[in-house]
Amino acid sequence: MTDRAFPVPDAVTAPFWEGVAEGVLRIQRCASCGRHVFYPRAVCPHCGGTDLTWVESTGAGRVHSFTVVHRAPPDYRDEVPYVVALVELEEGVRLMTRLVDVEPSAVRVDMPVEVAIRGEPRLPCFRPRVGS
Amino acid sequence: MTKTDRVAAIAGVAESDLGEVAPKTAMQLQAEAAVEALADAGLTTGDVDGLFSAGGDTFAPSMAVGEYLGIVPRFTDSTNVGGSSFVVHAGHARLAIAAGRCEVALITYGSTQRSQAARSLGRSGAMRGVAQFEGVWGLPAPVGAYALAATRHMHEYGTTPEQLAEVAVATRKWASLNEKAFMRDPIGIDDVLGSRWISEPLHLLDCCLVTDGGGAVVIVSRERARDLPRPPVWILGHGESHTHLGIASMPDLATTPAARSSADAFGMAGVTPADVDVTEVYDSFTITVLLTLEALGFCGRGESGAFVSGQRTAPGGDFPLNTNGGGLSYCHPGMYGIFTLIEATRQLRGECGARQVEGARVAVANGTGGVLSSAATVVLGRD
Repeated sequence: MTDRAFPVPDAVTAPFWEGVAEGVLRIQRCASCGRHVFYPRAVCPHCGGTDLTWVESTGAGRVHSFTVVHRAPPDYRDEVPYVVALVELEEGVRLMTRLVDVEPSAVRVDMPVEVAIRGEPRLPCFRPRVGS
Repeated sequence: MTKTDRVAAIAGVAESDLGEVAPKTAMQLQAEAAVEALADAGLTTGDVDGLFSAGGDTFAPSMAVGEYLGIVPRFTDSTNVGGSSFVVHAGHARLAIAAGRCEVALITYGSTQRSQAARSLGRSGAMRGVAQFEGVWGLPAPVGAYALAATRHMHEYGTTPEQLAEVAVATRKWASLNEKAFMRDPIGIDDVLGSRWISEPLHLLDCCLVTDGGGAVVIVSRERARDLPRPPVWILGHGESHTHLGIASMPDLATTPAARSSADAFGMAGVTPADVDVTEVYDSFTITVLLTLEALGFCGRGESGAFVSGQRTAPGGDFPLNTNGGGLSYCHPGMYGIFTLIEATRQLRGECGARQVEGARVAVANGTGGVLSSAATVVLGRD
């Protein structure tokens, strides 16, 4: 395996990745308009506000869309087939993720999921929500 | 029919060599296409005073093309918003001409991605900026993003794999009529559905080609258009927009920015989708075509699957679409947008031989860039 893709935190995004390392999913909330923001920014894309605070997400959401990958980028070829998804959190923001602990053929749009931090580097994957 | 002033017209178009061109370079391709497009317009490099380019393999492509061809422009534009860039350039050229900032605009593009095997599905190593959130999951770029849009469209509207395949099959039929097309052998719906998965729900034959190629378009002022060797193809309207860079930030996976760009283009031209005789849209993937047809207003939201069924967009159907064979079957060097302009122009001039749409007077060309990120629309018309 080559130098597989890894996230490089910056001044704005560092709290997100620190949270992931601690097992917590953090997202931003704009103090001006009250809306949640993802990915992390220095400026709110909804209102232009600059006072963005960190809150802990419930980590629960639903699959907004997904794809089962068969032709993977070079560093991921030994993992196919796998599921990359867009998950919409209960707070209303959408993020890209990998679905784990589920057969690709069992994934459905709108399926309830919850965060499951996995891998090295640690990444916020999602799995089917327990008890749903 | 139209309310727009006839300010600027496409006067010359050309493709470079297409397919696999090694050892030619991307710059050679666009330089050769530029000279040919200028000759098509009865002009030479010495006439050019506006220069537009994107992509290729250099920094600041309009600067590189200017140096290579010995052109010192009064107006320069290297805007790169992905594969739609050249349609953006056409609109910008009309604006520059209308403002009196140039009279002869040259748009060029060249790529050798096939012979260089430059296409990769993803990057390795450090992911910064937005890529730290979207480049770490193994989503194959760009096909995976389009697959996400396709899954959502199927969920919301019941769009089927067969309906996506209709586009690939119809486009191949057009390619069979174009001797320059890379893939000309007929295919059926079952061939598309039986081709291997790339990123579900997209199969191999739902995806565009990977070829070399380049092209050039010459746009001139009304005054310069008076003594052209060929009929002018007027830019009646144009529009552009973008809504996101990464697919997770696309506000609505079913609505491309062509909704906004086409509203401006149609409004400016004073025409409606019903007035359009021939349509050339960026078909990076079959789903791109469905979403674009909805955004352009040729059908309602969620209706594109039914719209393309029954080979409606094939030769002989009542909606001629991607008549050169498209990025799916004719050529796709990575940024296809310029070829929508070239084919729309040839259709309006009546030069297309076996694939000519008889009596075509109004055409639409629409480019898509990134991962359904940017769009640009031009409405073109002949006298």
